[in-house]
Amino acid sequence: MHPYMDAYMFASLLHRIHRPALRLAAVGSALLLQGCRLALFDPKGDIGNQERHLILLSTGLMLLVVIPVIALTLYFFWRYRATNTEATYAPEWSHSTTIEVVVWTIPCVIVAVLAVLIWRSTHALDPYKALASDRPPVKVEVVALNWKWLFIYPDYGIATVNELVIPAHTPIEFHLTADSLMNSFFIPRLGSQVYAMAGMETRLHLIADEVGTYAGRSSAYSGAGFSGMRFDTIAVNDADFADWIKRTRTSSPALTADGYHALTAPSEHEPARKFGKVEPGLFEHVVDQYMPKAAGGEICGPSDTVARIPSVLDPQHAETLPLTSPAKD
Amino acid sequence: MFGKLDLSAIPFHEPIIMGTLVIVMLGGAALLAAVTYYRKWTYLWREWLTSVDHKRIGVMYIILALVMLLRGFADALMMRAQQAIAANGSAGYLPPHHYDQIFTAHGVIMIFFVATPLILGLMNVVVPLQIGARDVAFPFVNSLSFWLSAVGAVLVMMSMFVGDFAATGWVAYPPLSELGYSPTVGVDYYIWSLQVSGLGTLLTGINLVVTILRMRAPGMTLMRMPVFTWTALITNILIIGVFPVLTATLALLSADRYLDMHFFTNELGGNAMMYINLIWVWGHPEVYILILPCFGAFSEIISTFSGKPLFGYKSMVYATSSIGVLSFFVWLHHFFTMGSGANVNAFFGIMTSIISIPTGVKLFNWLFTMFRGRIRYHSSVWWTIGFMVTFAIGGMTGVLLAVPGADFVLHNSLFLVAHFHNVIIGGVLFGCLAAIGFWFPKVFGFTLNELWGKVSFWCWLVGFYLAFMPLYVLGLDGMTRRMNHYDDPTWQPWLVVALIGALVIACGIAALGIQLVVSIRNRNANLDMTGDPWDGRSLEWSTASPAPFYNFAHVPVITSLEPHWDAKKAGTAYVEPAAYEDIHMPRNTGAGFIIAAISLALCFALVWHIWPLAIASLLGMIAAFIVRTYDRDVDYYVPAAEVAAIERARYARLPKTHPTAATRYDEAA
Repeated sequence: MHPYMDAYMFASLLHRIHRPALRLAAVGSALLLQGCRLALFDPKGDIGNQERHLILLSTGLMLLVVIPVIALTLYFFWRYRATNTEATYAPEWSHSTTIEVVVWTIPCVIVAVLAVLIWRSTHALDPYKALASDRPPVKVEVVALNWKWLFIYPDYGIATVNELVIPAHTPIEFHLTADSLMNSFFIPRLGSQVYAMAGMETRLHLIADEVGTYAGRSSAYSGAGFSGMRFDTIAVNDADFADWIKRTRTSSPALTADGYHALTAPSEHEPARKFGKVEPGLFEHVVDQYMPKAAGGEICGPSDTVARIPSVLDPQHAETLPLTSPAKD
Repeated sequence: MFGKLDLSAIPFHEPIIMGTLVIVMLGGAALLAAVTYYRKWTYLWREWLTSVDHKRIGVMYIILALVMLLRGFADALMMRAQQAIAANGSAGYLPPHHYDQIFTAHGVIMIFFVATPLILGLMNVVVPLQIGARDVAFPFVNSLSFWLSAVGAVLVMMSMFVGDFAATGWVAYPPLSELGYSPTVGVDYYIWSLQVSGLGTLLTGINLVVTILRMRAPGMTLMRMPVFTWTALITNILIIGVFPVLTATLALLSADRYLDMHFFTNELGGNAMMYINLIWVWGHPEVYILILPCFGAFSEIISTFSGKPLFGYKSMVYATSSIGVLSFFVWLHHFFTMGSGANVNAFFGIMTSIISIPTGVKLFNWLFTMFRGRIRYHSSVWWTIGFMVTFAIGGMTGVLLAVPGADFVLHNSLFLVAHFHNVIIGGVLFGCLAAIGFWFPKVFGFTLNELWGKVSFWCWLVGFYLAFMPLYVLGLDGMTRRMNHYDDPTWQPWLVVALIGALVIACGIAALGIQLVVSIRNRNANLDMTGDPWDGRSLEWSTASPAPFYNFAHVPVITSLEPHWDAKKAGTAYVEPAAYEDIHMPRNTGAGFIIAAISLALCFALVWHIWPLAIASLLGMIAAFIVRTYDRDVDYYVPAAEVAAIERARYARLPKTHPTAATRYDEAA
């Protein structure tokens, strides 16, 4: 049981005995305790950890100037009140080169330090950058659907809906796209989010450092069913992951072209589901669906739809086809 | 004949909307009846609807903003109530279909029809008075601008009762805002209300830039302009720079929706990322458009009530101008998570944090304006202090969001929502309310009630912290914005606190209303006979309160930065001139009102695809404009005798002894 749950239950107990003041105090202490367990301050992966550190460091840096400003504001406001005739009144004074130099320099110095921090951390935390690890990454292809998430494990030929199972301590390489509406793929306790957009592929690298279940959701509004685009991220140890792969392969149905088409129909609060087999190249096809014959060079052809996924798609499709139009005889 | 419009467009089955409709209709009917009963139609038409007086147009802008604030705030309360109950499997009382329209309308209304008209209204009232002009450069265009903005607001209100509003979020990202995913008229209402009000804003921008650059009193060099006018100049330059981008972006979206084009669609080579870039190329400067004049107002207020010149005037001018320039180089920080490379993200992150340098300098300058001052605790000063503390926090969370690595986890969260309310309520709204209290007597001739002003301030301040500090916490716990319901029970207590905060703000709004009523009722006790109720420093305080329609009987000659203060010190203030001259003034015209009224028909027809009406009203607008263009009777002369009569009455009213800067200065020395 989480420590703050005691306080929370205490609060709900008091709720029943209707003592408003005490109740308020109890809720307050519950909230305080909860503060230490906020998702972004209690990350479960390296990326999230670095981001927590970055948030605290930048905030601390800025507080160096924000706290004195607030304190001085309140102090001057009190000290130089009209009724305080003790205080000096200098009705003509409006310029001091020294003060001007100081007030321009202080924020400049803070921002200079911040700029270095921004430059370094932005490169270090680039979502496209592969994570350094002695273990090969597990690849997961993410498709934002209306309104659920499809996770394809291309290396294992399986897929899930609204449940992401990953091995802990292993870098996960996400490839993201959307079937139609834009969403943002976000697991707060693991770190960075990245947009999933139709017709495009974005990348994200995350890692879980602890076994556990972490909430994930879309953080970009995508229409009526958006609030229900929630999924559990279940980080397990290697043996359990291998076992889960095996069970999924043997005991779950296949995701066919028709099955995918059915999934694209809008639905809300979709329960978690597993597929033991996936059409190879499905993700690439979802990305390319709005660019029919792109490889052939004709961009403005009629719009294709996903319903017509060819049953045999070469997974190496994109790599092997020439980028220019084939010469016509 | 009626395009897509039929009776099913009216949401009879929605009790909340129908109830609102009944209230709006009853209120409207009562208003019309009152105007008829008191025989005020002629007065209303002659003195207000057709007025080209910049002060009256400014007042109408502010009335529009305050009315729309009630609507926008009602939306806010509904959202807070929904999120306070929709936990643990409860769906709340608002289905997504309704809730999504509410948060979209809330954002659109608060930015376009509350904050923007407040700013435009203030600039309209104050700028010509501060630079010694008798009106703006293009008085008819000014009237047209206001009425076009009003039409935008009317369209948003209509969408609630006829059809629906966009359910896309306030910046209407495609592909969601495309026809395929938003097939109803909601997005069309959104497009045309912003197009028509955006046109009005652009015209005002041009008008005020020309006014400031061409109509300053002789001797007022750029570096002798009051700081508020400086901020207004930069804001209007920004308006001219970016509102065409908004117009073009929405025009491309309309082309997608109306003409089957594919600028931003998923299919056929469209690219939604282009829209997201374009809308923020407008959207980020827009927030500086809103905040800069508030910075100007705070500067005037803090200096006046501290009894000192503004500390570091030149610094303020350079800071304002550099914010104006930098605001064009930061738009990408709204979408660090779209997959740009690290170099691009880092560049925009650093540019954004650089903006905090001039902003920080401004805070320091206000601090040192108070230093060794004699601060009178007027409610406008309370708003200013509340702003300085609150804005320092909002600025800090803003810079935090500008750090791409931090934004990767804070983007689109309630932390972001808390941040921008922190700067928009704590900056823009506090600024406008401070400015209204400060300049109210200049327009109406009496001061506002102080007690209720302070009650309102404390309610707003406490309500703000209660409503938005919990949202910072929830953002740090990974709660996303725009959620209709959620499944994490630990979020609920925070959202209940936020609802309580919103209710405290509601008290603040009520106090504002009471303040207005009490002030009007007791106006005879609070008349401003001198024209200078706060011992002011700049030019607007040298003329009477209320300022006569021609502003200044004689165009003043400016020799310093604080002409009125210096005149009081030299003893040359309040000296009645020996003679008066005829004054050249623009004539009122109904053309602006009429053209805007036809534009309402045009926009409505475009929303509902009523093509005959659309064509007829477009032709009507053009015809009305041509008729106005050939109207040669656009100005007149106020005879010197009439000016003399008005001015003599003013000097007769002047108290025999009033505190002047000179006497105060002697006291101090």
